[in-house]
Amino acid sequence: MKPAPFEFVRAASMDEVFATFEQYGDDALILAGGQSMMPMLNMRLASPKILVDINHVAELDGISLTGGALRIGALTRHRDLGSSADVARHAPLLQLAVPHIAHPAIRNRGTFGGSISHADPAAELPACAIASDATINVAGANGDRAIAAADYFLGIFDTALELGEVLVSVDIPSIGATERVAFAELARRRGDYAMTGLAAKATVEGNTLGNLRLVFFAIADRPLVASETMAALEGVDYSLETVTAIENALAADLQDAIGDLHTPVETKRHLARVLVGRVLAQLVGGEGR
Amino acid sequence: MSGTQTINLNVNGEAVSRTVDARRNLVDFLREDLQLTGSHVGCEHGVCGACTVRVNGEIVRGCLVLAVQADGAEVETIEGISDSGEIADLQKAFHERNALQCGFCTPGMLLTAADLLKTDPGADRDAIRDHLSGNYCRCTGYQAIVDAIEAVGGERSSSSPT
Repeated sequence: MKPAPFEFVRAASMDEVFATFEQYGDDALILAGGQSMMPMLNMRLASPKILVDINHVAELDGISLTGGALRIGALTRHRDLGSSADVARHAPLLQLAVPHIAHPAIRNRGTFGGSISHADPAAELPACAIASDATINVAGANGDRAIAAADYFLGIFDTALELGEVLVSVDIPSIGATERVAFAELARRRGDYAMTGLAAKATVEGNTLGNLRLVFFAIADRPLVASETMAALEGVDYSLETVTAIENALAADLQDAIGDLHTPVETKRHLARVLVGRVLAQLVGGEGR
Repeated sequence: MSGTQTINLNVNGEAVSRTVDARRNLVDFLREDLQLTGSHVGCEHGVCGACTVRVNGEIVRGCLVLAVQADGAEVETIEGISDSGEIADLQKAFHERNALQCGFCTPGMLLTAADLLKTDPGADRDAIRDHLSGNYCRCTGYQAIVDAIEAVGGERSSSSPT
């Protein structure tokens, strides 16, 4: 349970990060908060030749408002995401999710960018990014590009990031006056990986839902956008019967759901239905934000 | 850029300089290189919390931080915060209520409890369990640990000047 030997560089700039990838290619790995990387190193699931510590690259840090969006730097710790007044005001979905991410000692180190680029299918923040219509800003030696969160996650631990590219920040459009967000997760113990979870956003006027975003996590190989269910709920006046009315749409969305070691797929599908009910009630009932 | 690095840090108030393997994690550094064996090594993948230490005032997993990443940092271990008397009341309450049996998890429990009570001495039992959720105890069933932390929180709240 000790990592295999590796070299280590504490990068002071993006150029230094790019130069390391130029020299080492896919033998280099980025170390941000390390809360997923270090277990992988300890268990020797990853054995890089060199680890590039990006914790001291200043331009990857900080939260700022740019235009109509909140720009969240890759190095933003989960703890700071949870306590930031700007996040609470402009991107409240993220704040709802933070208490569900592991434990305090891990939230002190783990980073937003790390969670997004690690792309664990059971992670909260990738689903929140898609539900928030976020844009992922990445930089590489050959230039910068912006990727829609919905196009970013390609599979288990797989993203649209090319070798040598680094996630710099994530832009979250500031929540609108009639928009509300909600979040629900079921886990066996507090802080455990989700059995299933759901991040949601919608415009809510009275009981009428519009522009819905329902994104599940821990139920497929990547965040699962429930597009049939979203369409079925468009313009619907929410009532307790609504959840029954969209059952067929939800079943279609969850057709390719996959189970895991602890939770069979049938259980996950059932829990997903429970979560839809809870999240819609939060959206309409005002328990969400 | 090398497999070994020289790090300078402050551990429990003392300046320390050592050359370490890049792959050495912080808790192994503290235990093996500095002989501070109060922090324990349990699961080595961030689940059990036995290796909890403070880095720049915040609790972290000692097994999920590299020693080289602590270059320039202030590190505090159970030895440091025991000697300073900061958690004497917590230690007394753990002792009185049998909030430990084998003691393996206790250093991590105490650091995590101290972290909670520092910001929220009035934390209720749910909040205590929430904050301790990343620290496993296989002996006590947690009840006595929560009792001890709740009692100390109550004492600190009532004795602090308003």
